[in-house]
Amino acid sequence: MSFLIKKPDDIKSSEITSQSVYHERREFIKKMSLATTALIGAGHLSLAEAKAYPELAKSQFSSADKLTSLDDIKSYNNFYEFGTGKVDPAKNAKNFNPKPWSIAVEGEIEKPGVFDLEDFVKPYALEERIYRFRCVEGWSMVIPWVGFPLADMIKQFKPTSKAKYVEFVTLYDKEKMPGQAIRVLPWPYTEGLRIDEAMNPLTLMAVGLYGDELPNQNGAPIRLVVPWKYGFKNIKSIVKIRFTEHEPVSTWHKIGPKEYGFYSNVNPDVDHPRWSQKTERRIGEPFWSPKIQTQMFNGYSEQVAHLYSGMDLKRFF
Amino acid sequence: MSVHKMLKPVVFIFCLLPLMMIMWQAFTNGLGANPAETILDAMGNWAVYFLLITLTVTPLRRLTGWGGIVRLRRMFGLFVFFYASLHLLSYIWFDQYFDWHEIVNDIIKRPFISLGFMTFVLLIPLMLTSNKAMIIRLKANWKRLHQLVYPIAIMATVHFFLMTRADFQQPVIIALILSVLLMYRLVVYFQKKAARL
Repeated sequence: MSFLIKKPDDIKSSEITSQSVYHERREFIKKMSLATTALIGAGHLSLAEAKAYPELAKSQFSSADKLTSLDDIKSYNNFYEFGTGKVDPAKNAKNFNPKPWSIAVEGEIEKPGVFDLEDFVKPYALEERIYRFRCVEGWSMVIPWVGFPLADMIKQFKPTSKAKYVEFVTLYDKEKMPGQAIRVLPWPYTEGLRIDEAMNPLTLMAVGLYGDELPNQNGAPIRLVVPWKYGFKNIKSIVKIRFTEHEPVSTWHKIGPKEYGFYSNVNPDVDHPRWSQKTERRIGEPFWSPKIQTQMFNGYSEQVAHLYSGMDLKRFF
Repeated sequence: MSVHKMLKPVVFIFCLLPLMMIMWQAFTNGLGANPAETILDAMGNWAVYFLLITLTVTPLRRLTGWGGIVRLRRMFGLFVFFYASLHLLSYIWFDQYFDWHEIVNDIIKRPFISLGFMTFVLLIPLMLTSNKAMIIRLKANWKRLHQLVYPIAIMATVHFFLMTRADFQQPVIIALILSVLLMYRLVVYFQKKAARL
């Protein structure tokens, strides 16, 4: 049904096919696995092949860009909690067990508390959101996330009038996250959004991708996705959400205030001191081909530009 | 053929292995999700590694007394230039796609690129004067010119530091090895000075 919702000029015929083929394959694998179960009658093999989220509502915000392969999404990660090399997280997060998981919600809200992840996620309708993902280092992907709008969650917790910002904190546990044994960053990793950014319909709490649970290296079991900001704002493996009156200090800003601003909106006109942000390397495209042009707010101007009207984005980068 | 004559061709093949490895990986899809970055980084790393190898030749000869190793020094030096050229080419092609305006902009505006570029420029005269004819023609000046290798090594290491985001382990190791190699020269220099007095 996606073609009814998407703007027609966003769609290329080749890409519709590839997405539908992807879903057909999911269906096929599910059926095959059910058939196998029926044939051998062994329960323990049953739904091992089935995806965690087979039925997902489609979103009007989904991009029609060609999806990045699951293999690339899982093998090229900046997740310093599991090592600083791009391929380290895939190796070092193998034994990470994100269950059980609890999340603390606190600060300027009427209903603070600590919740088991399952109970925390249950009230919200999960949907698939295909978003562009732009890293500050100059590469990008297109990822089919599974999640729910952060706004839905915020409404449940009833922020007070003092809640101007939302702060997010990653798990700090050297046993589980071996990269934290070395202080390459001031742990725990912390990020923040202004409350209106957090309430924007694009802002997603993701619990999965490609119809399945989040791989460990991609921030299991729950992470933030803010598609118009650079990748490092999309904090992973969240254990705490705090509503505050003052602007939180994000981790990269702490170690490089001139390089990583609080806002960190994707902006081709504001260079990182060490590299230009005009273009990006789309992962999966031939490496000998030219990079693609980076779009203002990563192409999400229509939804988010109004949040920053009147602001000097060169100053508030 | 004697071992003596085999040495150079065998080492030459070994020096080409890093490039052959990258090419093999490129054909077998082994360069990871971002091949452009993998190639750029690998070529830069190997230029620095060969720089350290080149600077190890002289101390090694003193320590082992094996004079034959000096005949490899020029080859190692030329491989520094070879891998630095591939590093620069990767940047011009994969990173900037021959956008000369952006490249000039980068060289002017970004210290780590300015430094990398200057390091490469300084390698050029060393490459051009590496043949026997130039050694004879330049006489004592040749040695003076080729002492440029010391600032080149320091600049390359600083270039490495400036491009690192947070994890400085690799450039720190390079800097440590380089300081040992430079310290050796300082010690030798002062010993000679003392002997002359």
